Amino acid sequence: MLQDKDRIFTNLYGFHSPDLDAARKRGAWDETKFLIDQGRDWIVDEMKKSGLRGRGGAGFPTGLKWSFMPKQNDGRPHYLVVNADESEPGTCKDREIMRHDPHLLVEGCLLASFAMGANACYIYLRGEYIAERIALQRAVDEAYEARLIGKNNLHGWDFDLYVHHGAGAYICGEETALLESLEGKKGMPRLKPPFPANVGLYGCPTTVNNVESIAVAGTILRRGAAWFSGLGRPNNVGTKLFCVSGHVNKPCNVEEEMGITFRELIDTHCGGIRGGWDNLLAVIPGGSSVPMVPAEQIADAHMDFDTLRDLKSGLGTAAVIVMDKSTDIVRAITRISYFYKHESCGQCTPCREGTGWMWRVLTRMSEGRAQKREIDMLLEVTKQVEGHTICALGDAAAWPIQGLIRHFRHEIEKRIDDYAANPHSDPVRVAAE
Amino acid sequence: MTKLIVDGKEIDVPAEYTLLQACEEAGAEIPRFCFHERLSVAGNCRMCLVEIKGAPKPIASCAWGVRDCRPGPNGEPPEISTRSPTVKKAREGVMEFLLINHPLDCPICDQGGECDLQDQAMAYGVDSSRFHENKRAVEDKYIGPLVKTWMNRCIHCTRCVRFATEVAGVPDLGAIGRGEDMEITTYLEKAMGSELQSCVADLCPVGALTSKPYAYTARPWEMTKTESVDVMDAVGSAIRVDSRGREVMRILPRVNEAINEEWITDKTRHIIDGLRRQRLDRPYVRENGKLRPASWQEAFGAIAKAVGAASPECIGAIVGDLPAVEEIYALKELMTSLGVANLDARQDGAALDPALGRGSYVFNSTIEGIEEADAILIVGSNPRIEASLVNVRIRKRFRMGPPPIGVIGEKADLTYDYDYLGAGPDTLADIASGKHPFAKVLSEAERPLIILGQGALMREDGAAIMALAAKAAETVGAVTDDWNGFNVLHTAAARVGALDLGFVPGEGGLDAQAMAGEGALDVLFLLGADEIAIPPGAFVIYQGTHGDRGAHRADVILPGATYTEKSGTFVNTEGRVQIANRAAFPPGDAREDWAILRALSDQLGHKLPFDNLAQLREKLYAAYPHMASVDAIAQSDVAAAVKAAAGLKGKPGDAPFASPVKDFYLTNPIARASAIMAECSALAAGESREAAE
Repeated sequence: MLQDKDRIFTNLYGFHSPDLDAARKRGAWDETKFLIDQGRDWIVDEMKKSGLRGRGGAGFPTGLKWSFMPKQNDGRPHYLVVNADESEPGTCKDREIMRHDPHLLVEGCLLASFAMGANACYIYLRGEYIAERIALQRAVDEAYEARLIGKNNLHGWDFDLYVHHGAGAYICGEETALLESLEGKKGMPRLKPPFPANVGLYGCPTTVNNVESIAVAGTILRRGAAWFSGLGRPNNVGTKLFCVSGHVNKPCNVEEEMGITFRELIDTHCGGIRGGWDNLLAVIPGGSSVPMVPAEQIADAHMDFDTLRDLKSGLGTAAVIVMDKSTDIVRAITRISYFYKHESCGQCTPCREGTGWMWRVLTRMSEGRAQKREIDMLLEVTKQVEGHTICALGDAAAWPIQGLIRHFRHEIEKRIDDYAANPHSDPVRVAAE
Repeated sequence: MTKLIVDGKEIDVPAEYTLLQACEEAGAEIPRFCFHERLSVAGNCRMCLVEIKGAPKPIASCAWGVRDCRPGPNGEPPEISTRSPTVKKAREGVMEFLLINHPLDCPICDQGGECDLQDQAMAYGVDSSRFHENKRAVEDKYIGPLVKTWMNRCIHCTRCVRFATEVAGVPDLGAIGRGEDMEITTYLEKAMGSELQSCVADLCPVGALTSKPYAYTARPWEMTKTESVDVMDAVGSAIRVDSRGREVMRILPRVNEAINEEWITDKTRHIIDGLRRQRLDRPYVRENGKLRPASWQEAFGAIAKAVGAASPECIGAIVGDLPAVEEIYALKELMTSLGVANLDARQDGAALDPALGRGSYVFNSTIEGIEEADAILIVGSNPRIEASLVNVRIRKRFRMGPPPIGVIGEKADLTYDYDYLGAGPDTLADIASGKHPFAKVLSEAERPLIILGQGALMREDGAAIMALAAKAAETVGAVTDDWNGFNVLHTAAARVGALDLGFVPGEGGLDAQAMAGEGALDVLFLLGADEIAIPPGAFVIYQGTHGDRGAHRADVILPGATYTEKSGTFVNTEGRVQIANRAAFPPGDAREDWAILRALSDQLGHKLPFDNLAQLREKLYAAYPHMASVDAIAQSDVAAAVKAAAGLKGKPGDAPFASPVKDFYLTNPIARASAIMAECSALAAGESREAAE
């Protein structure tokens, strides 16, 4: 269990004031100038050594990502874009940061921008995040006023920070769709390559990072890479915000060590599973897009990237959705499937056509109105979508269904049998004579 | 060059190639829907997926560069497979997705028989459907009188959107909605505002956008396809005329990289109903003030009588905008044998003189050459309506990285940004003298381009304007050893050919304007000349195809053949010689024009020395050798021509330049007979009225 002295987000629950003075007392903006004086390479190196993996879902090493930016400006400006379009169902970590600890983010933006030679940074905020925008904007204004950022600031690195409010589309959380949206276009993912580090925002080198990845940067640099990499398990180090929702006694957001077991996470922070551990059915461990893991596999699993990958799932954003045995698991996945059908941008064929098809089949299945052979067909359709699309939304739409079929095929079959045994639950309509 | 292995075959391709190009180079066939050579890469249909050895998932070959391929661990060239089971499965999957919401209405679909989806479903799809849900239903949209929509069939390849935005330069089409609710629309259900809009029907790989006027009239396999050239403007676009029996059913573009790439204008495509309406299908003779149908003999007799009574000084001939070189040559020979010097092919009065040299009246840089220009000056022209495909080239050049473009004349929407320099000759004079700042821009450019439109030349002071433009070209160095940047943009298909033949007033001869003067002539021969008003008095012989202005005034009408009904040579604005082929026959008693003139010459006692088209061409080629080199542009001394033009005398007036084309859709007798063109014209007029309010 994470000790209080190792916490990065010390005001996660908003018990204290989010403003600059209070943030400073908690350690933000402390010796930032000193960190910047160590130079770009030192910062990137330190981030690499810390072993921080991107907190947005894919778990790509953050320091490595920063090092992809060109070392020299070729005349084009560099940009840092912070992805605050936190739309993955179940995820609610970034908004707590922006509400209660915004200065950690602002400071992280400065440090990351400096490390990448960027003089401007955009924070792309989810459309629904109104209070978060107000809180974040206030922090940015405070930082400008205190000359922590802006032109000729105390840190000697000209830096402008813009908070951009999106319009609320899930796809705009995909990094290239986010850039398109930021440029004022329709939020549709771009083809890669070229990658944003080469051709990104307005055609300039750009790095897109998750809020949490950026917000932890200041503390990591202050306390040292060794401290951060000393927490957690090998290759899955540091602390992580877990968003536990669903059938636990006390759903919560909590900062914990990576690699904590699921059982410890739930028992320590969430007051246990509703109805006890025997009542646990399955867990979606990383936001709605990752496949679910059944109770017996997840209970003592370590919550980190590699362990969950081995369970054919993923840590994703660490949005842990707990489902007990009262859950209609087929309907639950149907609802998730509807979400992806609704949020598909429509650009490329497999996702545009496939998400609707999968949802419709699942809708029938959740009532039992289907054939058993359609289960295999559905699985094949998910395979036809997965990996054939421009962005990862196709994968995200396919995985939950694959998880369902992998672990709860018997549940679908049972439902189909039940329906077949009693095909007319509604009164049979007879044509008027 | 980069080495690649495609399906086991090693090839060497430039690094800037996409994988799709590389695979085609290796002889592999890659299916595609959204990819199109002349549009930006969208990569959204996912049909062109191929497998790269070592990559975790198949990749879209249209969007993946050869230089993005990683070599193997020991430096082996990247291996690409287009036939592996993974690729086959991926294609089948994508095809299935495309078809689940596509109506299976091929039997009633106009695209049937030439449908990419149909063809590729046969080649790459599976034979049965697993989709048992309801298909998506999308409301059909109104996007204009030329393009019919059937939006259920749309596969969202966005070719139409990219064409409208990139090539046509009108952001009228777009996609609204998300996911499977995405719809292609003009949003407010208004007509597209482009003169190239019907190209989207060609681009559409399925039957979602089809040609509205052609709807349900024919099937592609029923028609005879004839390769030809267009005469609606002086660009000479390459076209394919599809005919069934005696009737032309539709006109489609043909690829000609030098001229139209693969686009044609709406006028080129949709005047076909004009080829059937208002046609002159028998000779007419005016008796007691009224035209009555007559036989060829009666008509020729009336002409012989009138010509016999007139002295050569009182006979004249004017050539219109559409005749082919062959009949112009025949007419010239006939008139010369009659001793007539009153000849003119410039019914609009443009100050173009073949005596100055060919370089003074053609588009010297060539249309393809526009892409190399690094500064452009447009004088007295609105290329968008006078020669839409020249405008498309300028826009293409603009999209490569905008060069400075200056316009003197009308301030019109040309679909690209330009500096508006002024309205009239004053500004041009400033440029010619080097005073104007834009003159400096042009001088500093390596390949400056000056486009001189007919609007600047068809006026009283036309010669003076020509001199100014030529001077400007000399001032800014537009004509050098390896670059000819002095260009005249024509609007009439017959004009350059007629000027090449020297169909201009001979010694002491009157020009068109003088011939149209009151009491100037006793007998006037109009060869398809409909854009000039002839006052009462003279005996007018009209040889043409449509009951238009010329025919209304005529005393004798000789029915001729349109460009789809004869084999004829046309010289486009670049001076490129092209041959239009016969796709159908002229209606009724109408005949090919050269044959009419040959028969008439016999009646007049000056029998022309040829009995068939081959003999005519033999004589023509002997007299004008460059006419024999089809699809080529004869070299000429442009510098000398420009120098001669710069020496023209005259004082420029101060009236602003105006484009000669007032209504894009109604520029010639064929278009004026077309109901579809009339509808387009009314729509365009309505739009400009709306804009003015």
